[in-house]
Amino acid sequence: MKAKRIYSVTVENRSGVLSKVSGLFARRSFNIDSLAVGETDDPEVSSMTIVSSGDERTLEQIEKQLNKKLDVIKVKTFNEYQCVSRELMLMKVKYNKSNRNEIMEMCEVMKADIVDMSLHYMMIQICDTPEKIQLLINMFKSISIVEIARTGTLSLSKCIENDG
Amino acid sequence: MIGAEAIIKCLEAEDVKYVFGYPGVAICPFYNSILESDIKTVLVRTEQSAAHAASGLARITGKPGVCAVTSGPGATNIITGVATAYADSIPLIVITGQVKTDLIGSDVFQEADITGAVESFVKYSYLVKKAEDLPRIFKEAFHIASSGRKGPVLIDIPIDVQNDNIKNFKYPESVNLRTYKPTVKGNASQIKKVIKELAKADKPIMCIGGGVQLGQADDEVIKFAEKHNIPMVTTMMGIGTIPTDHPLYFGMVGNNGKPYANKAMNESDCVMMVGARVADRAISQPDLITKDKVLIHIDVDPAEIGKNAVSSIPLVGDCEAIFEDLNKEDFSSDTSKWLKALEGFKKELKIVRKPNKKYVDPQNFIETLTDKLKDDAIYIADVGQNQIFSCAYAKIKKGKFLTSGGMGTMGYSIPASLGAKLAAPKRQVVCVCGDGSFQMSMCELATFVQHGVQAKIIVFNNNFLGMVREYQHYSYKDNYSMVSLDGSPDLEKLVKAYGFDYLRLKTAKGLSEIIDKFLEDKNNCLLEVMIDPMDLVK
Repeated sequence: MKAKRIYSVTVENRSGVLSKVSGLFARRSFNIDSLAVGETDDPEVSSMTIVSSGDERTLEQIEKQLNKKLDVIKVKTFNEYQCVSRELMLMKVKYNKSNRNEIMEMCEVMKADIVDMSLHYMMIQICDTPEKIQLLINMFKSISIVEIARTGTLSLSKCIENDG
Repeated sequence: MIGAEAIIKCLEAEDVKYVFGYPGVAICPFYNSILESDIKTVLVRTEQSAAHAASGLARITGKPGVCAVTSGPGATNIITGVATAYADSIPLIVITGQVKTDLIGSDVFQEADITGAVESFVKYSYLVKKAEDLPRIFKEAFHIASSGRKGPVLIDIPIDVQNDNIKNFKYPESVNLRTYKPTVKGNASQIKKVIKELAKADKPIMCIGGGVQLGQADDEVIKFAEKHNIPMVTTMMGIGTIPTDHPLYFGMVGNNGKPYANKAMNESDCVMMVGARVADRAISQPDLITKDKVLIHIDVDPAEIGKNAVSSIPLVGDCEAIFEDLNKEDFSSDTSKWLKALEGFKKELKIVRKPNKKYVDPQNFIETLTDKLKDDAIYIADVGQNQIFSCAYAKIKKGKFLTSGGMGTMGYSIPASLGAKLAAPKRQVVCVCGDGSFQMSMCELATFVQHGVQAKIIVFNNNFLGMVREYQHYSYKDNYSMVSLDGSPDLEKLVKAYGFDYLRLKTAKGLSEIIDKFLEDKNNCLLEVMIDPMDLVK
């Protein structure tokens, strides 16, 4: 049974660590569905959010192999229901007089913003769950998408009291 | 003090006696500074051998072996040796010279991204940016290499870092690594569960991997088995942990192992894997060892547990610490019926070889040789048919059996025997290889001569790459491709050119006398043993 799992990994903020982690996935044929990296409040520590999928044994191996890497400080894993996940997407579309209103309506419904505009193009920004973002892309397929830039998934486990 | 001198101070602080390597410009500051030290340097003839020699030494001393090579091709040449050590969890410190820091990334002469290239073959690697970091990095590297699941650590040091001044050299007393704290003690409740399952089991068996010797847990493990009369089998890397004539020992498992050892594993109701990976060569169908039986898996590396087989009781920790705890527990078990059944399998599944009388039978040769070896002798097998014959027939008493089990690297035995002999000059060290593996490392004969290390090399000559030929015999109906070794040199002339003594054994006639002569020889000696080119290991 294939399942999805989110790995929230804190690592030493050193050069080469991203390549070591991504190399591990390549070397052992683990999937990376999405990857996002950034600094944390501690400049010596980076946070990686990796979304992967596979059978239970593979998903367990991913966690163990990540823990084996000496630059990895901590690995937390959760499924989609145990965390809040967000992605950010910027999408440039071509518009014309006849569909401008329709686009603006869609943006309003989807809670997306128009952040830049020219005579024939506009840029839409959305920050939401990966599913909602996919939905927006699907909706715009009938209109003309020029280009898309999208971050990987960021996740944190849901707030519970006594969270360490 | 310059960086290079600091490195030597670090190695001295770690009580390093030998550095194996090959120089080049980028490692010259290091090899210049080492002249002031008591550490001895051993010049190998190709870099791969430096890693194998350091590995041979490490497997005898239990401490990391050290090698140092230059940048670029020196560094890339050592990768196979490093990968070989990694596959067998052998602790190594691999020092590579690197081009000047400000030239890194510009593809200058002899530049290679070695830390990138070895990433999947090392436990950890460093690219040193400042000379000041050297003491900390070396302290960490030795700690990482020799603790938890052991393995090679590579330190890449640009030439300017080796030449930079370092003000206050102080070798740290401890390491502070927030990301690395290997488990030593086994979880107490898991230990209780192990005891409970073993007490319930009618047909328990222990499968000993290389981890037991690496964790120096041999005595505790055997004590446990003897206390409860639990039979033992080993993987290839586990050979030598238990004396081969031990009444509880039932041979090596796996597709090249003893059929009765495999049957013992299959028939057992409780398998205790100790320091073994459950890899394909030992356990071809991991699902079978979990079917209808309890699998207890003890390993220092949590990632090994559940990787190839799902265990019923995982137990993570240092083998010695775990077995010290297990030995404190008491339970009663009666395995006499089970042991009797195993003795039955042994008789029923005994392989009877039909040797070709025109040649020397490897079984007869290895059994006679190892009978004559001293109790603490070190037997080093290469890779190929010679390895499988050695695994099957070598009798190991209190000595060691070294081979490249995980990676199966041909050419391992000659440089490994060089390292082993340096580690234990008073012990008998015998290296057994085939004519293929010999030719992969024959350049190292000069290394023995140059450094006054005694070489005792046995070459099984069948004029074939026997293991592949055997595979082509079974899988390609004798359609041989790339396996003939025609063109091989006259070994007598070759080794005599290096000042070696030479002996040859053509048939069983005079076998015992020639082996005596070989073992008694005070000089370097190569014994060529003619074996049947069409012989099969199974």
